[in-house]
Amino acid sequence: MTNIGIIGWMKANLFNGWFNSALTLLVAYLLWLSVPPLVDWALVNSSWLPSGEQCTAGEGACWSVVTANIRFILFGFYPHDLQWRPLLAVVILIALLFYSQNRNHWRKSLFYAWMVGLFTMGLLLKGGLFGFASVESNLWGGLPLTLLLSVFGLTAAYPVGVILALGRQSEMPIIKSFCVVYIELIRGVPLISLLFMSSVVFPLFLPEGLVINKILRAQVAIILFTAAYIAEVVRGGLQGVNKGQYEAADSLGLNYLQTMRLIILPQALKIVIPPSVSILISAFKDTSLVVIIALYDLLKTTQTTLSDPKWMGYSAEAYIFVALIYFVCCFFMSNYSRRLERELDTGL
Amino acid sequence: MNAKQAEKTTDDSPIITIENMHKWYGDFHVLKNINLTVKKGERIVICGPSGSGKSTLIRCINRLEEHQRGKIIVDGIELTNDLKNIEKIRTEVGMVFQHFNLFPHLTILENLTLGPIWVRKTPKKEAEEIAMYYLEKVRIAEQAHKFPGQLSGGQQQRVAIARSLCMKPNAMLFDEPTSALDPEMVKEVLDVMISLAQDGMTMLVVSHEMGFAKSVAHRVLFMDGGEVLEENSPEEFFNNPQHERTQLFLSQILD
Repeated sequence: MTNIGIIGWMKANLFNGWFNSALTLLVAYLLWLSVPPLVDWALVNSSWLPSGEQCTAGEGACWSVVTANIRFILFGFYPHDLQWRPLLAVVILIALLFYSQNRNHWRKSLFYAWMVGLFTMGLLLKGGLFGFASVESNLWGGLPLTLLLSVFGLTAAYPVGVILALGRQSEMPIIKSFCVVYIELIRGVPLISLLFMSSVVFPLFLPEGLVINKILRAQVAIILFTAAYIAEVVRGGLQGVNKGQYEAADSLGLNYLQTMRLIILPQALKIVIPPSVSILISAFKDTSLVVIIALYDLLKTTQTTLSDPKWMGYSAEAYIFVALIYFVCCFFMSNYSRRLERELDTGL
Repeated sequence: MNAKQAEKTTDDSPIITIENMHKWYGDFHVLKNINLTVKKGERIVICGPSGSGKSTLIRCINRLEEHQRGKIIVDGIELTNDLKNIEKIRTEVGMVFQHFNLFPHLTILENLTLGPIWVRKTPKKEAEEIAMYYLEKVRIAEQAHKFPGQLSGGQQQRVAIARSLCMKPNAMLFDEPTSALDPEMVKEVLDVMISLAQDGMTMLVVSHEMGFAKSVAHRVLFMDGGEVLEENSPEEFFNNPQHERTQLFLSQILD
């Protein structure tokens, strides 16, 4: 069978046998039914102007709902004339993440860059120093809040999860049982109830006058929750490392911490890259549950926009826009995990 | 030249002393009343049928297995539950495993420098020089920047031997170092072990390589059912075995 040229390729991949040919035709017909109307709706007949006047008349998508409210969707109640600050913070964060992708850049200078970056982002969001006007954290919202909760939630949850996994394998009964109880307790409870407890129940136990920031409480709840799942995944990785590796490390005289850090964890964590990334992706999307404790994350600001009578009918467009933002983030995460797997493959 | 003629005179101080040592796995009595003294520079081959406890015996010497009764003294330090002592003994006693157990995520060079850098606190540069010296010695220096997965079994085992040597051990334990290898690779590993013997290394070798035992061992131990049944010079052991189970074992493996 020829494999050359478009005809050859089609013969080999689309029309080899009557069953595959029939499927190809069926799929082509379904695409013909669905794609052109979609393109018409999303692009051809759509209206983009922020005024949104054509929306009521037109038949296409009303992207105006996004363009008119973009600032509220992205930044929530953050003071209008100061919104360049969260924007800059997000840009810095994305730039740092991109730069950190390359493992050759993992040097001390990168660590300092993150320290400086984190400080700058904090300063930009919160203000109150160097002449930046102070902005209370209850005004933070939209994309910066979603990224804040997820980036810090995930980076903090991972090491906590690793420690819990090691603790669960410990031979010391107190540590072991603490970790088992913690993991099983947290996994047995939905994230929503944890968030709820952190926002409603937890403050009841605090001494009077002591108030802990609501975002911080939600952040801690997300970290504790995600860590329990990470712990179980990492435990699987630890069990996947050959017993001989422990023995070889022991026979060189390495102590427990060195053995774990230099020998066992690098191998265990490599094994569990795919399931860890699954958990990180789902945790990223789960940050949208903070709506129930009245934090205005990206999804909540979108919902709020849609409660305006003027834009009420255009939820599909608004949600597609937010979905795209989520998708882009998740896509980068899974892409990066594949790249890491490839780079760390040493053939054994 | 015969290895035994080339050696330096063995000094009489014992480096490993085992007295009345017993070990159980639950109810199963794996090692029964083991007594063994290994002098500096001495080379001992331990053989016996599978399940006889020979691997367990040498794994007790660096505490990969714990003994329950009796004494094990290595380099003047008694093995107890004291972690510091255990780690000290492990740095003095090298071990080579049946399945090599190289660290697959590190290059050959990193496998060799890991112990010296983290345990002996040797500066990285110096550790790399030591590593290259021993890689030359096991004739594999050109592979230094590859990963273990890219090497053949025989090469991996030679790297594993070099990895132990980088810690400058006073004694080496070999746990069936050639039994996981393809036949054509056994010789390259044995050659390295023979040259190690010629340098005067104290060696405890669990192995069925009778040719190796004949040419380098000072003593051969035969174990069965967790006991040392016979202990003799290689000549006596092979030509005039005393115990009937030794005779049976030899007749089975020499065929």
